[in-house]
Amino acid sequence: MAKNNLLPSGLPRIESMEMRGIVKRFPGVLANDHVDFDVKAGEIHALLGENGAGKSTLMKILYGLYQPNAGEILLNGQPIHIHSPADSIRYGIGMIHQHFMLVDSLTVAENVALGLKSSREPRLDLDRVTTRIRELSKNYGLQVDPDAYVSQLAVGQQQRVEIIKALYRGAALLVLDEPTAVLTPQEVDDLFAILRQMAQDGHALIFISHKLHEILDLTDRVTVLRDGKVIGTRLTAEVTKEDLARMMVGRDILLERVRPPATVGEVRLKLDRVTAVNDDGAPVLRNVSLEVRSSEIVGVAGVSGNGQRQLAEVIAGLWPVTEGRIFLEGREVTNLPPAEMLEAGLSYIPEERMHDGALKEFSVAENLILQDHIREPYSKGIFLDFRHIARHAQEMIRKFDIKTPSQETPLKNLSGGNIQKLILARELARKPRVLIAAQPTRGVDIGATEYIHNQLLQQRAEGLATLLISEDLDEIRALSDRIIVMFGGEIMGIVDNDQTTVEELGLMMAGEKKDLQSLGVAR
Amino acid sequence: MQTRLKRFRFERMLDLLLPLIAVVGALIIGAVILVLLDKNPLDAYQAMITGAFANKNGLADTLVKATPLLLVGLGIVIAFRASVINIGAEGQLIVGAMLTTYLALELGEALPGFVVIIICLLAGSFIGGVWAAIPGYLKARLGVNEILSTIMMNQIAIQISFFLLRGPMIDPAEIEAGTNIPHSARLPKATDLPRFTDVARWLGFPGSAKDLGLTGFSKELYGLLVEPTRLHTGLLIAIIMAILVYVFLWRTTIGYRIRAVGLNPSASRYAGIDVPGYTVLSMALSGAFAGLAGAVEILGLHHRMFEPLAVSAGYGFSGIVVALFGKLHPLGAIPSSLLFGGLLVGGDKMQRAVQVPQVLVTALLGLVVLFVVSSEIWSRRRASRRVSTQSIPETTS
Repeated sequence: MAKNNLLPSGLPRIESMEMRGIVKRFPGVLANDHVDFDVKAGEIHALLGENGAGKSTLMKILYGLYQPNAGEILLNGQPIHIHSPADSIRYGIGMIHQHFMLVDSLTVAENVALGLKSSREPRLDLDRVTTRIRELSKNYGLQVDPDAYVSQLAVGQQQRVEIIKALYRGAALLVLDEPTAVLTPQEVDDLFAILRQMAQDGHALIFISHKLHEILDLTDRVTVLRDGKVIGTRLTAEVTKEDLARMMVGRDILLERVRPPATVGEVRLKLDRVTAVNDDGAPVLRNVSLEVRSSEIVGVAGVSGNGQRQLAEVIAGLWPVTEGRIFLEGREVTNLPPAEMLEAGLSYIPEERMHDGALKEFSVAENLILQDHIREPYSKGIFLDFRHIARHAQEMIRKFDIKTPSQETPLKNLSGGNIQKLILARELARKPRVLIAAQPTRGVDIGATEYIHNQLLQQRAEGLATLLISEDLDEIRALSDRIIVMFGGEIMGIVDNDQTTVEELGLMMAGEKKDLQSLGVAR
Repeated sequence: MQTRLKRFRFERMLDLLLPLIAVVGALIIGAVILVLLDKNPLDAYQAMITGAFANKNGLADTLVKATPLLLVGLGIVIAFRASVINIGAEGQLIVGAMLTTYLALELGEALPGFVVIIICLLAGSFIGGVWAAIPGYLKARLGVNEILSTIMMNQIAIQISFFLLRGPMIDPAEIEAGTNIPHSARLPKATDLPRFTDVARWLGFPGSAKDLGLTGFSKELYGLLVEPTRLHTGLLIAIIMAILVYVFLWRTTIGYRIRAVGLNPSASRYAGIDVPGYTVLSMALSGAFAGLAGAVEILGLHHRMFEPLAVSAGYGFSGIVVALFGKLHPLGAIPSSLLFGGLLVGGDKMQRAVQVPQVLVTALLGLVVLFVVSSEIWSRRRASRRVSTQSIPETTS
């Protein structure tokens, strides 16, 4: 514990920050309804809630991006007004965004200096910045080389640069918005060590996450928001995962997935040394070979941007294969156009659901026939048959529990979870032979996640071959029979889910290749 | 909840009324200009409205102008729905008119009139479609901006027409007389689209409103439909087309795909739709309607081809406004084309009645266009703001 009131950065601590009775209204929505929230020096306080619960709104108010309609913010007991991010930085509040705000082609020091007034305007004073970064990294145990280019840094290190940036700007209170979403398990451990140290040194930390075990691991207190209201603030030591899930959703949620043993069948999808390149000719997939069998879920793990998206797209016929071959049920389908892949029995849930998976202006019913509108009974000749389209929509809405006022409602009025259920319904209604599910529950609330996971397991029991691509390792581990780890467009290893550990997966996610001899797939 | 619903209804109403408010706004600014010119705006606007809508000849002229506006506008609706912008309707209309003239002159004596008319309407649509498909293809395959390429295609159409009208297709009488005015010969009478009065006579209606003792506006309306005016059956073709386009866009699989491609090309591609193919198709259909407008203008109104820009008369551009004003809906384009046809006719009448320069009429139309387009952008932005504020809790974590 720091004896005086100074932080390792040499700046004064924020003893307490209190938000009282915060109300924020948007047309038709009460995003924050008399929210009370506080954090003290030396404490990590988790903010937990579903999408749309109001976490982001609350933090944007703290950061000066929104003005509240009512309520006040107290800093060390004194009311303050935060009109802009500049104000909040001046008060010592820093924010680490989920997506890093760094310029790849600049060095760490240049990135830190970006947007700050130099001591020798109009010239840069990078030496002084470099010295200060060294000082901060020493005091905080953050190993960051000020002269390194950001593009050369691993994701975990880039995050440290973000933290240094906030500290450099004098942050005593740090808000971390889903900081673990892009990290490997080992990087998460490192980050948590840093955060614990910072709290011990007297910083106040607000940690936003929807991963319950991380909250239990790291934080001292947790506040749960639902529908804009505070459901409760608890000492983390006194709650369980189940308690938190119940507070978040308002009902009991089954967190554990039951993956009953299943006998895998024939090979449905096979990739044989598939290579693909991007527009610049740089390889994005290298020699990828894998098999997915009937009644099997194969998970593809990896840090975002390591070729997972391209893997899904080469299979769907949306990205050209330059070398290698793809087989669907034994038939070669390499580089067939998307329409023929759909015809061959492939269904694909793309990761960008609003961009690639659905049309937000189209109605629920219209979205449900996106691929199959040319088939009977949805159309005869060139004419659409609205009776069948409506009947199909009603059936899907009922069967997949899609919450919508009617089948004529434009998709944009549905919540993310319901849109994802609609896409799932559409893809499964096609009775596919192979399903590619990319990030099927990203940004989806726990209730819908539970539903989608159970559907995937149900389909597995019925014989579907599923390739599940996810950056959420918990999801991969909960559902997969086998796990493929990708790094830099290559497969680092294929392991049996029941015989692997998070550590092993983490090493592969960081680019360590598993001994090729032990790979689960022949050749 | 109640107030939210009310608010929603109010916003829907506002969206529907916005185009009319825009027109009124433009007229108010026009009034200011008129006052500055020392003219009485009330007199001017009265001349405009009565000129366009009060008597049978005014009405006939309004409907005659509404016909090509509606046809072009329908094409623009299809293009916009597919998210391509067709600025080339002028050129497409001109090539449609040229081919129609050529075929009617070549075949007019050899085949029955109605056969020639059908051939000409189809051929005009076809060539207009081809003329638009070229920029469509360039956009779909090579990413060439269709705004630029369609404008260039306009120039090509105009210059080719001048070449043909001064050379191979010039009226032989002009050469004989030595005047060499670049226009074609009069098409054979048999190829004229029937006028309303022809149809009425054929159906056996009494020839004049006086015979029925009608007075006032009903007399004018009856006169419009039965007595000899310029009103021709091209109007019926255009209205039938509007209904067909509506059915096509909302009731067929091809229309579904065109709308899907226009709203979200990426999701359409993921769903197995041939996005470049549908881009070309929408452009071709768009051009076909402009080409049809050209054919109808020649067969129904001019009966010969002359200076291309006088034939297209800016319909290729006004058609865009007609489409926007009609909320990019084929049926909405019907009242919208009537309004703009009326403005064109009424503007002429106003110019004569209060002695304002021709350019003022053009300026007034320009103001209407400006107001309509900006109100459209404003309402779209409002709509997106409505959605984005509603979805704030949805999309952020």
